[in-house]
This record gives sequence, structure tokens and C-alpha cells, in this order.
Amino acid sequence: MAIFNLTVNNKKVKVDVEPDMPLLWVVRDFVDLKGTKFGCGMTLCGACTIHLDGQPTRSCQTPVSSVGKNTKITTIEGIGNGKLHAIQQAWIEEQVPQCGYCQSGQIMSAVALLKSNPSPSDQDIDSAMSGNLCRCGTYDRIRKAIHRAADTIKVSEKGIGKN
Amino acid sequence: MENIKATRRDFLKTTGLTSFGLALGISSFAKDAVVKKINPAIIKLEINPFIIIDTAGNITIVNPRPDMGQGSTQAVPSLLAEELEISLEQVKIVQSDGKDKYGNQTSGGSSSVRSLWEPIRKAGAAAREMLTESAAKRWNVPVIECYAKDGTIVHKPTGRSLSYGELADDASKLEIPKNPKLKDPKDFKIIGKYNKRLDVPERVNGKAVYGIDVDVPGMVYASILHSPSLHGKVVSIDDAEAKKIKGVLKVVKTERTMPHRTSEAVAVIATNWWAALKGKKALKVNWDNADYEKTLSTEKYFAEAHAAATKEGINFEEKGDFSAKYNSAGKKLEASYETPFLAHAPIEPENAVVHVKEDGTVEIWAPIQGPDWALRDVCAYLKVAPEKVKINVTLLGGAFGRKAYHDFLLEACHLSRELKKPVKVIWTREDDITQGPYRPGMVSHMQGFVENGAIAGYHHHAIGESILGQVFKGLKSDEADPWLSEEISTNNNKYNFATASKVSWTNVKTDIPIVWWRSVYASNFGWGQECFIDELAHLAGKDPMKARMELVKDDRFKKVLETLAEKSAWGEKLAEGQGKGIAVFKSFDSISATCITVTKKDQGVTIDKVISVIDCGYYVNPDNVKAQTEGNIVMGLTAAIKDGITFTNGVCDQSNYHQYNIMRLNETPKMEIYIVDSGANPGGVGEPGLPPIAPALGNAIFAATGKRMRKLPLDINNLA
Repeated sequence: MAIFNLTVNNKKVKVDVEPDMPLLWVVRDFVDLKGTKFGCGMTLCGACTIHLDGQPTRSCQTPVSSVGKNTKITTIEGIGNGKLHAIQQAWIEEQVPQCGYCQSGQIMSAVALLKSNPSPSDQDIDSAMSGNLCRCGTYDRIRKAIHRAADTIKVSEKGIGKN
Repeated sequence: MENIKATRRDFLKTTGLTSFGLALGISSFAKDAVVKKINPAIIKLEINPFIIIDTAGNITIVNPRPDMGQGSTQAVPSLLAEELEISLEQVKIVQSDGKDKYGNQTSGGSSSVRSLWEPIRKAGAAAREMLTESAAKRWNVPVIECYAKDGTIVHKPTGRSLSYGELADDASKLEIPKNPKLKDPKDFKIIGKYNKRLDVPERVNGKAVYGIDVDVPGMVYASILHSPSLHGKVVSIDDAEAKKIKGVLKVVKTERTMPHRTSEAVAVIATNWWAALKGKKALKVNWDNADYEKTLSTEKYFAEAHAAATKEGINFEEKGDFSAKYNSAGKKLEASYETPFLAHAPIEPENAVVHVKEDGTVEIWAPIQGPDWALRDVCAYLKVAPEKVKINVTLLGGAFGRKAYHDFLLEACHLSRELKKPVKVIWTREDDITQGPYRPGMVSHMQGFVENGAIAGYHHHAIGESILGQVFKGLKSDEADPWLSEEISTNNNKYNFATASKVSWTNVKTDIPIVWWRSVYASNFGWGQECFIDELAHLAGKDPMKARMELVKDDRFKKVLETLAEKSAWGEKLAEGQGKGIAVFKSFDSISATCITVTKKDQGVTIDKVISVIDCGYYVNPDNVKAQTEGNIVMGLTAAIKDGITFTNGVCDQSNYHQYNIMRLNETPKMEIYIVDSGANPGGVGEPGLPPIAPALGNAIFAATGKRMRKLPLDINNLA
């Protein structure tokens, strides 16, 4: 075992785990943030998606020892800074989730997409979101919710009524 | 699981409605009324098993159907809240625990709303009448002057009101009304209206608790090495390397209990699951695979099924002398259709936490579809009485039938009993895909003929393994499996073949474990039925929509088809290379029809659009009907064009999502859903949208390319 100092959702945490333990299991079982999910263990389904310095990353194949102590780890619990992120709000408005199990990963991918591309086309959404599987089949609503969130963010940045 | 010798419908009736009647039987309400003092000031009153009102005014509704994403957390409590005159925002919803008083608690067969439609509304109406009577007595006014509104009883002439909490104590002492009056559907405020699901916010912020998220004090973790050939025996275990892994506590020989077999397995127990998984990978186990290299093979299974195709099966129904008429017919067709074995592959893999305690009690936390069944299975397995077992049903991260099969739960029971500790078992994706149970692969052998330009004869010979047989040991050797035969019968599809028709069955057995998979046999046999109707329509020189409209003798079917024709602009000119296909199928008392448009591209096609129409009778939330139908489009297309499960030399050929692909967002076509409001009794919502998807696609491919596809899955980029 070894001690690792991590920054998770802007908080410093110290964990004593094996260096090869994937960040997924560190975050879930040692930091007690269960929103990040296990689906395949092979980076095939995206349920474990988190952000490392804002970049969407599959945590199931990211050993804790590969993450620097200043790297900002963000999970679904930290994405809204205590409020709901516009993406989460759009997910509620469009009633995206069915079982919801994959949605943490979907939302983490969608948040990263909008950060790098505030006005994504359907094709942009296709390429950013196709690493996240949903067995319930909520893809059509995911597309709609991302467009809705993009519009919401634009309106709030412009300020309503300013035009 | 129980030994059941009944049709599925009877089965739902006996284990569901009858016991439900007992739990809710009007006379038993009073006996069931329970008064619990949770602190000296607040008294908790159970007006009936589904409604708990405390004197502080808190109202709890018990949802007896686990939520795997199909929306039962909203749907079932809505039935009760509608009659109780309260909004779901005002109540707390908890999940039932499997105990008898809640009746049938299994989410399956798209049964929640259609089986609870009346009894749960009656439970709500009875409580409303008791509260109203209590208020009238308190005010000493006629009951007729009082009515329920938003959690209060209002006295109309004076406008004064009392909350349900203030009345609960009095109400719980009253006789249960024998025939509580249900609301007129035109007065519904919740049922049939768009309402956001209140469980969605926790499903987007990481707070929702699925089975895999449960931690209990003192818990250890297990990863289990299952037999690669499903039913092998452990000859020897070398755990030296596994035990060197930090965190590994123990290696235990264990067992996987399935309804038809118990298989040996080896569990690695550790202080955390990652260590348990590493330990499992480091195990060296010798297995005696007996003959399974030879007998467990999907190729062999399908060879047997196709060999049975042309032989006589066991008749389920016959009209006219089909064989004689077929033999003498001039214009006739014969074809075999095939559907593969499929894994459910919910993104949350199978998992459970079980604590077999030293005092003889058992506590369970698990994502299971049926706590009532699970309770029976656990009691039988551990030989404990039901009152000693407490089941906490968590949210389910998808299930689709898989989590009504309790092998993973009984593994956790076995390990906790052996270790005398709470144990959390988590399956890997590889466990999930290589071990099953699966949707059975099936063959439909079809025959039909045309007379005077009309489809006049039809025979569906269904061939394969039976869930009733393998899982429930309830199939008689001389009977056509009633569960599946009914689904493909002319009584169900409402096709009237003028001269002769027949539905028959041949059982081909396999040791590959099988169970229900979303829409069950309808997902298999919709393919053969609806593609072959298309073939016969073309043989008769008829438009496939027109041919179905002529054959189908049922107004609801006709309305669904008419709606589909209108919404899909059926009959309008298509672009070069485009083709449209339709299919219609009734399952779980709902009728669903789909039109798919494809465009020819190189050696294959692209899927342009999917339009589905559903008549599910009364429904709770139109948005959820649409959501479930969207989900069925994606799952139906996945089943049609992605991977099947195959076994070669006793071992599953697929192991994870790279070999068992699930449709991704970029592959998802545009889709539109339309609901036909028939006002019929509620049908299912979670499954009926799936069966028409694959045949609509097959028929569209034929329309665009002239190629008739008969074996799933299809490679739509390279159509042979």
C-alpha cells in the first residue's frame, strides 16, 4: 500500500491504496463518492467517466499512481459546485434518465463537450458521446438535452433580454 | 424458484392477484392496520399496507414494484395518489420488502400498471373514504358535505379543513369500505398527464443508490471465478499467487445456484473489490468440464432446431387442415427465421450485499426485480423463515429480466453464511456476458399460401428451449409451451387466415441458462411472424400495409396501423435507394407498430428513421410511454444489428462490450413515437415497443434492396 494525495472536487484527500488501483475504485470505495460507476472495466462503456483537469477520462483504467497530486479530479458530485450544472438541469428538463446508471458518465462527457464546444452540432455530439453506452436507450434525449443546455448557457452568458 | 405448471397468465394471476387480494382484501385492511409509536408524540398509522400516515402529517406510499428504469417509482404511486387526492410531491415513496402483505412484487412482464390498476387505486380510494368519514364525524356533519383535496379533507359549506395527519388516528379505527368508489377517468389529475419523474434529479447528481453502491459496516468484498464452461466441476485450486495480493483475505470454494443446475465456483474474498478481482485473476483452477465441450454449443443447438423445422411439432392451435391445404396450394412459401441468444448486459452488473447474522436473521441489499421471489429463493436456500429475512431493494442500474434470476444473490448468501460477515458480491462484465442467463435463441419455421390474391394460409412453427421448461420445470412434454404459443397465436395477432392456419411448437433443449429478456419470446417470434407476413404479401402482390389491414380483425390493431400509415406517410414516393418496412405486434396487452426507413449504401443500408405507434390503453405518464418506446427502439435495433451470444466448445465466445456490442449514440437513428388513446384497460409499456423493431427493419431492407433477411443479427453494412 502507498499513500496518495489527491484533489477531488476541490478537496484534498489522502488515500492508502495499491498504486495500480484504478481511480474508479479509489473514488468509490476510499473517497466514498459512489456517483462514478463501474460498467465494463475496459474503457468500453464510459460509465466511469470523470474529469482530470477538465479532460473526460475513463477512471476504470487510470491507475491512481498515474494521477499527480495537483491534478484536479472532478466527479459527478463536483460538477455543479453545489448547484445543478446546466447539463444536469437539461437532463431533468428532457427527462433523460431511465435507470440512470450510465448517466453520470454521460453527463461528464457532455459537460466536457460543451466546455470545448459551446454550440455543438449533431455530428459533434455524435463524436463526443459515442464512447458512453446506455442500455436503456436514452440517446435521442441525450442529444436533445445537450442542445438545450447549450442554448441555456448561451442565454445566461448573454444575459436574458440584452440581445 | 417454484415449480409452476401453469400458463404465464395463470401464473401472474395466482402468485399476483390472488395473494394481492389477500393482502388488500377489503376485510383484511382493518386487521392489517398497524399502529407503531415511533416516538411518544408521533404515531405511525398503516391504513393499509401501501399507505402509512403519521400524526405529524407525513405520508408514505409503498411502491411494490422495483424500479429498473421503467418508471415504476412514479407509475404505481401515481395510481394511489390519484385516488387519495394528493400529489407525489407531498409523499415519501419507499420500496416494498418482499413480504406477503404487498402481494406480487416482481417487475416483469410489463405488469406493474396493468395488474395494479384496480387494486392500488382501490387502496387509495378506501383510504380517502376513511379519512373523509373521520372528518365528517369530527365535525358532526354529513359525509357528503366533505371531500378530499391535496392531503386534506375539506368541509364544503364552511371551507374548514383537516389534514390527513390530523385524521389518520381516527381513520385507522374505521371499518374498511367494502367497495370504495373509484374516480371517473375524466376527473384524473395525475393519471394520463405529463409529470416529471421525481426520481430523476437523484439520477443526474450521483446520489441515487444502486445495489453496487451499498456499503455496510464490517463488509468484505468478493469476486467469483465461474466455470468457463458454465457447469464444470472444480478439480483443484492453486491460490498461492492470489493470497499474495494485498487485501486478499481468503479463497473459498462456492457455488452458483441456478434454477436448473448448481455449478461450482471459487470466490476470492478481500478488503476491497479491486483486490478481490486481482486475486481472482491470479487464481489457477483446474476444471473438469465433463462433456460440456461437446454439448454446450449454439451451432449444435441451431442445427437441432433447423432439423426439427420440417418435422411435425405439437399443435397449439389449428384451423382447417393446414398441411393438406398447404400441400395442394399453388402459390406457397416456406422459410426459416432465426434469432440468436442474447445477454441482457445491464450497465450495472449483477451484485448483492448479504449479511447472514449470528442470531439467525438475514439482511439483504440488492438490485433485484422481485423481492417477493427473492425472499422465497433466499428462504429456501438458507432454510430460514421469511420473518427472519429483511430485504432492502435498491435502485436497479438496468435489468431487462436479468435481475429476476437470483444466482448472484444466492452466491452472496452462501459466502456470507460461510464467512459469518456481510459480503458484497460484484460480478465483472465478463461474468455477466459469459455466464448468462440469456434470451434463448429461437427458430421460426414458417409456411403460408395465397388464394385468389389474398393471404389465406399460415403456419408458425416455433422451435427452441423453453423458459417454462428450463427455469420452472413446468413444461409438459406433450404440450405446446403456452407462454410463447399464446403470443404467436391468431388469438393474439388477430390475423384471420381464410382457409387454414396453425401454430405449433417443438422443444429443443440446452444447458445454456436462459431467462426472460425484454419482451421475452415476442422479441424472438416477432421477427419470423412479421417478416413472413411481408413475404406472403409480396407473394400475393399486395402492399404490406394493405395486406395487414385486410388480414387483421381487430379495431385497435387497425387504428394503430392507420396511425402508422399516416405518420410515416406510407405509400408516398421514396427517394432513390430508399425503402420502408413495417411490422406490428401485440405483447403484454399492448399493440405496437413500427415503420423503419432505410437507404441503400454500398453493400448494405443506413437506417434513416424509426416511427413507432403504441396503443397501451390507459397509461400514467405519456412521456414515460414515449421514453420506454424510445428505449425499445434502441434495444430492438441492437438485437437486430449488433452481436448475438454464441457458445463454441462449451465456452461463450463473447466477453465484454467489444465483442457484445450495444448500439451507440452515433448509430441511433431519428425516431418519433405516437400514442393511440384507446381508453382500453392498461397494457404494458416497458416491453411492447420492442418486438416490431427487427421485422420492420428486415422488411425495410427488402423494400430497399430486394434482399430477404431471415437470420439475426444482421450486418447492415454488408448484407449477404
